[in-house]
Amino acid sequence: MNKLQLSSLYQLTLVRFRLFLREPEAIFWIFIFPILLALGLGIAFRNRPADVLQVGATTTHLTDALAADKGLKATTMSEAAGTHALATGDILLLAIETSDGVTYKFDDTNPDARIARLVADRAIQAAAGRNEVVRSRNQLIHEAGARYIDFVVPGLLGMNLMGSAIWGLGFSIVEARQKKLLKRLVASPMPRWQYLASFLLSRLVMLVIEILAFLGFARLVFGVPFRGSLWQLAFLCVLTSLSFSALGLLIASRAKTMEAASGLMNLVMLPMWILSGVFFSATRFPAVIQPVIRALPLTAAIDALRGNMLQGMNLAQLTAPVAILLAWLAFPFAISLRIFRWK
Amino acid sequence: MTEETLDTSGISTVSPAAGTRLSLLLRGLRKAFVDVVAVDGLDLEVMQGECFGLLGPNGAGKTTTIEICEGLTTPDAGTVELLGLSWRTGANELRQRIGIQLQETQFPEKLTVEETLRLFRSFFHKGISVDESIRTAQLEEKRRSRVGGLSGGQKQRLAMACALVGDPELLFLDEPTTGLDPQARRHLWDLVDQLKQAGRTIILTTHYMDEAERLCDRVGIMDHGKIIALGTPPQLIASVGGEHIVEFAITGLGTDPVSIDVAQLTAIPGVQSHRVDAGLHQLSVSELHTTVPRIFAVAGAQGLHLTELRTHSATLEDVFVNLTGRNLRDE
Repeated sequence: MNKLQLSSLYQLTLVRFRLFLREPEAIFWIFIFPILLALGLGIAFRNRPADVLQVGATTTHLTDALAADKGLKATTMSEAAGTHALATGDILLLAIETSDGVTYKFDDTNPDARIARLVADRAIQAAAGRNEVVRSRNQLIHEAGARYIDFVVPGLLGMNLMGSAIWGLGFSIVEARQKKLLKRLVASPMPRWQYLASFLLSRLVMLVIEILAFLGFARLVFGVPFRGSLWQLAFLCVLTSLSFSALGLLIASRAKTMEAASGLMNLVMLPMWILSGVFFSATRFPAVIQPVIRALPLTAAIDALRGNMLQGMNLAQLTAPVAILLAWLAFPFAISLRIFRWK
Repeated sequence: MTEETLDTSGISTVSPAAGTRLSLLLRGLRKAFVDVVAVDGLDLEVMQGECFGLLGPNGAGKTTTIEICEGLTTPDAGTVELLGLSWRTGANELRQRIGIQLQETQFPEKLTVEETLRLFRSFFHKGISVDESIRTAQLEEKRRSRVGGLSGGQKQRLAMACALVGDPELLFLDEPTTGLDPQARRHLWDLVDQLKQAGRTIILTTHYMDEAERLCDRVGIMDHGKIIALGTPPQLIASVGGEHIVEFAITGLGTDPVSIDVAQLTAIPGVQSHRVDAGLHQLSVSELHTTVPRIFAVAGAQGLHLTELRTHSATLEDVFVNLTGRNLRDE
């Protein structure tokens, strides 16, 4: 055996890797799930070409006028057939020619129908020879960095860093305690700090794989931008992971059973999943609870990650979230070292 | 295969008077939990090379005592000295020099036998090689198997191997065969025998009297947090008074419940004591061949039949029954 193999820190860390890699479910949740989630959200909220609106008209004359607009697809039908098509949602609007002009039949609570009303009217008026008073021109933007997928990728990254750190530490430690393995280790000459350090070391290595897989996917498939420094992004990811590891350690420091631990973990993580702005901006919540939301570690992490990736901010501009994360690293870690139950 | 030499002088250290070094010293040990006094003023000395057994029913305080010795539980009062060191000042050195097997440790199921031992070996500055520990525990065929796939006996031998990798001077085994089938128990006993032969000091707890009798040079019988009898198994058995136990039930000629005049039984020469347990009379007797016919005679004179007559050599179980009036397995 060489020197490395005789080192207990090396062996403890190796054990963490082995146990993780031999748990297929854990690999799915940490590596595959976030990618699937990003893929699903990316497809659901992709920026589609403007929809073509289905409309109906009672005369071919009207139909021709409507079809002249590229945003509309018009079909000629009788008024009765058109009313039925409206009811079933096949068309959004029916243009009925009357003796003195045209009547639009549509549901004004449906935004698409209201748009169809505006576009259809513009098309019919233009066909009848109306001239625009003000000349107008369109400039279209489909820019990377402003889409929903760009917003949600840093959110998912933060959420994933939280989940893998808290679950990774919490479950393993509590399981070892419940199965009396922790007690057996303490009865051996193992230095206790090395046991905890082995979790952090293995977490850091796993983190690299986790982040490269997820962000690489986001970059290649959706072209999500990285406007800030990549080194600073790496620093933010490590800091986030360490903060949540400290929180996971705190959760695991007393719990005697897996059930108690998993209840505590959900208690800690659930509010952050909702409040911290993973899927939508945290500013949507009332101003009264904003200070609380800002102080949550996941809010700070996601703010910092979005600042770096989307706005290209540097660390000097991100001192507030970084300070919050540092506080979440220091206090839970110090407390859990004091109250940790080794038996 | 083992490289340890047979130390014959170590094996003979049966009595504390042999003048060898003390491996364990307990003085006035006390430990109370919220609802119970687990250890109640316990004194004990174990000599180097000795295999000492703490025998007692569940809840007697054996595990608390051994965990205090292992430095896992802090006593409320009393002195603990191992290998001349105390936990307060010499904890790090002690951890390196003792080997521990705890009750119900579950090693990670997805690690292999070899990986588990490699981990435990890495905690010790010096010790035997992983290969040697696998050989000693006879787990060669299982070295690449995952712990989850091992039988109860194999898991227990792995726990032993983990206790041995640091080549300990003092080995603690807490109920090493509890829950094992008879074959696995005998296998583990052979392993403990080997370790004894090699001159290691072993302290074990058990609630199996046959285990204590088979393995231990000296036994302390524990009940309610105290050692109520201490000595070699033959000494303890001799203290019952008779070397043999005669058990029988009595029936009359009819169906009515009957009783036998106990005074007449205890008056028989060679009968040391008498008790009734679940309808069975138990006599401790020094000489079977002269006493048994007289028992028949006493019963016959009272018009009674003896049924279910059995005799056995006295065991530690009988010692416990004699001292406490209860069976070891009573809960």
